[in-house]
Amino acid sequence: MDFTIFLIQILNSLQYGLLLFLVASGLTLVFGIMGIINLAHGSFYMIGAYLAFALTSLTGNLMLAIVLGLPLAFIFGALLEWLLFAHLYKRDHLEQVLLTYGLILIFEELRSLAIGDDVHGVNIPALFSASIPLSDTLSYPVYRLLISAVCIALAVGLWWLMQRTRLGMMIRAGSHDRDMVQALGIDINLLYRTVFALGVALAALAGMLAAPISSVYPGMGGSVLIISFVIVVIGGIGSVWGALIAALLIGFADTFGKVLVPEFAGLAVYLVMAIVLLWRPEGILKKG
Amino acid sequence: MSNVLLEARELHTYYGSSHILHGVDFCIHKGETLGLMGRNGMGKTTLIRSMLGLVKPRHGTVSVRGDVMTGGPTHRIARQGIAYVPEGRGIFPNLSVRENLQMAARAGVDGQRDWTFERVMQTFPRLAERINNGGGQLSGGEQQMLTIGRALMTNPDLLILDEATEGLAPLIVREIWRVIREIRDSGIATVIVDKNHAAVTSITDRSMIVVKGQVVFDGASTEVRNNPELIQKHLGV
Repeated sequence: MDFTIFLIQILNSLQYGLLLFLVASGLTLVFGIMGIINLAHGSFYMIGAYLAFALTSLTGNLMLAIVLGLPLAFIFGALLEWLLFAHLYKRDHLEQVLLTYGLILIFEELRSLAIGDDVHGVNIPALFSASIPLSDTLSYPVYRLLISAVCIALAVGLWWLMQRTRLGMMIRAGSHDRDMVQALGIDINLLYRTVFALGVALAALAGMLAAPISSVYPGMGGSVLIISFVIVVIGGIGSVWGALIAALLIGFADTFGKVLVPEFAGLAVYLVMAIVLLWRPEGILKKG
Repeated sequence: MSNVLLEARELHTYYGSSHILHGVDFCIHKGETLGLMGRNGMGKTTLIRSMLGLVKPRHGTVSVRGDVMTGGPTHRIARQGIAYVPEGRGIFPNLSVRENLQMAARAGVDGQRDWTFERVMQTFPRLAERINNGGGQLSGGEQQMLTIGRALMTNPDLLILDEATEGLAPLIVREIWRVIREIRDSGIATVIVDKNHAAVTSITDRSMIVVKGQVVFDGASTEVRNNPELIQKHLGV
């Protein structure tokens, strides 16, 4: 393989992996801290992408759409937690799966009613529509670099939030002992609502960022959901940093799988999963 | 305004179908030190957890500073200046010693900030030495100190200590009692649950004895101390 093509694949792997991390980090946090299996998490990615489409049509600019869409996604997440998920914490996993699977169907149907079943494109904002030439014939789009940069910034931000702020300390404490956190005067319900809404906002942002690359289409949440669960399991359930490592691993496996062995591209991700789980059945990092 | 901090009337609490508390009355005033005694399984911890809203009592009322707050929410009750050191500690092992303390820090009900990070460090020099260790790496005694230190970081008016010395080495136990005395002398009301009734009755003003979910004695601690029959009957093993 030519070095330039190799470089492009590396950049693509990073970008894809980092984008998956945005989705998976929320999934793993919600599972690790609140113990909820949320099958509807992929829908938040889908909702984000459609939000980007709708708001870009309205405002004419994706960046503006994201600025408007993020708080909307956060508020939507908080409302959903208050209305539905808050009642799931003490239920068993079967009931969680039933409710969240039902939500997938509802969200898909609502999407169909509101926007229809056509595939839509979203334009890359003019500011980032350029490409960086790498050789005479090959170049790399600035927008993909932007996605990677935003994701890296968010990963650092998430690390800072979890490790350096009191909110992060409370969240980590809450994942260990719910009663004790409350007995210290902390409103655990508000804490959970915040974490959940944050997870929704991150998944929706991933969808918004991906919209110009992948376009916007029915069922787009489904494949992301499955791959995100693979990441959560490989990374170690509940571990944000495990999810980051796993997401990058999957990003590379998927991208290089498609280039090197196109006939078995779909297999690469699950092969990685099988190998990791044989090596470490609890995932790369344990919850922490 | 009366000076009752925490009060329970006619509390009945169940765990599933087992009836644990049979109509318990409880109260503690500002600055008061109260010993809560009784053999294992008599309902002391259930009483505490019921008053904090961690368990919902089926009948009866809990009032905090005169406001009825039966059944919680726990964080609101705690915000009224009540700190809890649970049986079996309850530190966060996945947080460092520093983080365990920092996450709990807040001003008291009247805005008092008597207990700062620095003061907790002075009170528990052993914690200062292990400040960056994970909570899970501490010895049992250090964990207990951390739980008490963390409770103090909330600048409470009432501290509830459930079996704070259980299972600890004698030297550490002495250290814990020293700190409890210091807390009492600083004007914080304390509820102390402990097996060592001699120590409890010597440190407290008032004592309550709970037997099978009912209060069988509520009076001056000196009265308990001078009444070996009472101790033998309700507390002896």
